[in-house]
Amino acid sequence: MKFLELEGIQKVYGPNTVVQDFNLSVDKGEFVTFLGPSGCGKTTTLRMIAGFEIPSAGAIRINGKDVTNLKPNQRQIGMVFQAYALFPNMTVADNVAFGLKVAGQSSEAIRKRVGEMLDVIKLPQFGDRYPYQLSGGQQQRVALARALAIKPQVLLLDEPLSALDAKIRLSLREEIRSLQRSLGITTIFVTHDQEEALSMSDRIVVMNEGRVEQIGAPFEVYNFPRTRFVASFVGTLNILRGKVVDGASGRITIDDQQVIAGRSMGNLQNGEVRSVALRPESVTLNGAGEKRNAMQGIIEEVSFLGAVVRMRVRFRDNAISLDTFNNPGAPPPERGAPVTVSFQPEDLLVLEGETH
Amino acid sequence: MKSSKVGPWLAIILGALYFIVPLIATFEFSLRMKRGQYSFEAYRIVLADPQFRATFLFSTIVALAAIVVGALLVVPTAYWVQLRLRRLRPLIEFITLLPLVIPAIVIVFGYIRMYNSSSILPLTSTAAGTNVLLTIGYVTLALPYMYRAVDTGLRAIDVRVLTEAAQSLGAGWGRILFRVIFPNVRVAVLSGAFLTFAIVIGEFTLASLLNRPAFGPYLQLMGANRAYEPSALAIIAFAVTWACMGLIQLVGRGARGATPVR
Repeated sequence: MKFLELEGIQKVYGPNTVVQDFNLSVDKGEFVTFLGPSGCGKTTTLRMIAGFEIPSAGAIRINGKDVTNLKPNQRQIGMVFQAYALFPNMTVADNVAFGLKVAGQSSEAIRKRVGEMLDVIKLPQFGDRYPYQLSGGQQQRVALARALAIKPQVLLLDEPLSALDAKIRLSLREEIRSLQRSLGITTIFVTHDQEEALSMSDRIVVMNEGRVEQIGAPFEVYNFPRTRFVASFVGTLNILRGKVVDGASGRITIDDQQVIAGRSMGNLQNGEVRSVALRPESVTLNGAGEKRNAMQGIIEEVSFLGAVVRMRVRFRDNAISLDTFNNPGAPPPERGAPVTVSFQPEDLLVLEGETH
Repeated sequence: MKSSKVGPWLAIILGALYFIVPLIATFEFSLRMKRGQYSFEAYRIVLADPQFRATFLFSTIVALAAIVVGALLVVPTAYWVQLRLRRLRPLIEFITLLPLVIPAIVIVFGYIRMYNSSSILPLTSTAAGTNVLLTIGYVTLALPYMYRAVDTGLRAIDVRVLTEAAQSLGAGWGRILFRVIFPNVRVAVLSGAFLTFAIVIGEFTLASLLNRPAFGPYLQLMGANRAYEPSALAIIAFAVTWACMGLIQLVGRGARGATPVR
């Protein structure tokens, strides 16, 4: 039996279906991320788990118990919000103690637990401060401690890093993950940031327009996208137009240069024009000897980004971006220079549906 | 001074004179009780009058009761409107503004008609019942001020997120309201409270027509029968009102700069 189960969840607001046929089983201690663009239904799904929204159809079970119609305060769920949501009238210690007081714990037990939690978030000396005296990162850590203090069955994180600056975001994301691992708490994380999702999760649920597009480990979702949306939403992607020459062997032509596509979504019909996807990091410059697909093009743009050099290579109608590491011994090619780019057939993925 | 600034300054001076001169004249007159010398004799007589103390105490108690009832009525209402019934906000605002449009005399005649001794709820047949009616009347009169103050306070915090955070920690509605919402709109409630106090302390119509021993009718009684004491009372009432306004400022300034959670 899985620890958290969502079965056939649907949410309808008037004529709009915002979540449809959502099925997910989460193991105890697993870190699952809902990833998708704004309005894809990820936050609504999270709110249904929390009990702030009631599903129009389907069931939610936690540790085997049906909680679908339970009130939020009866679910024993910890939640961290994007806007911190600390109680402004209470000190840090009082904020962390709030859920424990609600649970009717003794003052000694509360004091001990608050101390533990402040140690966990590395803010032991901040107990007497008010939220307005803390930075955004500190406030979010207190919010995390407050949510964890009650030893929730499931921890829900609703874009907790979105309001923070880049540096704090990075360090807090590592902190959250290591805390989650050490406590072994089942966690659902909502984000629209693919980097966060890829770096933190055991599994990712990619959502679009209220539907689950794909559920899988970050490696799987990134390298083996099952739908066109997942391919284009997760990671940077070059999308090219190619014409199928021989569907059986995967031979296609891109701007009259023949290559082999090792992977395809759906069958290939000879003569049809399809979109093909290629990750920038799969492409190497002037390395044709090692890889089986090679194409000639001209350097259209070179951007020096420090550790990385980003180049844009144009074939004829199509162009691709590729990144190479900066090498002080080998300056990047000039604009207009003819180059050969190469990649493995397995890196070329023919997408489903029409070309765009 | 530039000529362009003369106009505004002239308007400010004229406006100030319009308000200050009568005040100074009243104050000056209140000091002239003893022939040929300035004294606080009128104030001494007023403050020594047992009726002054009794009526002022009565009005203060009714004002405090009106504040408590008003806060208990307005805070949950404004909170619920903000949280769940946003569509009803214009209607609620309209209802809370009605006491500004309907004169107090109409309200009190309505009360007397509704709650007289031959009605289903004969509040006016006992002194305690009439006091209750008077308190409710004052809650109504102060409603526009109390509601606006609380509504403004609630808009400064993210009511929905704070509520959900408290719910996720296991809190029920009572705890959310009294431990999370009320403390965070404390300044707003106090602003509304002081405004209520200022309105109630000198109110005449409701107290007089319900025949209660309040400060307003006492003021009127003194004004009709004495010369210097009414001026002293007017200055005292004015000082009480301004003290309330000062307290609003003080409480507002002393409040912690709570981070708006948006």
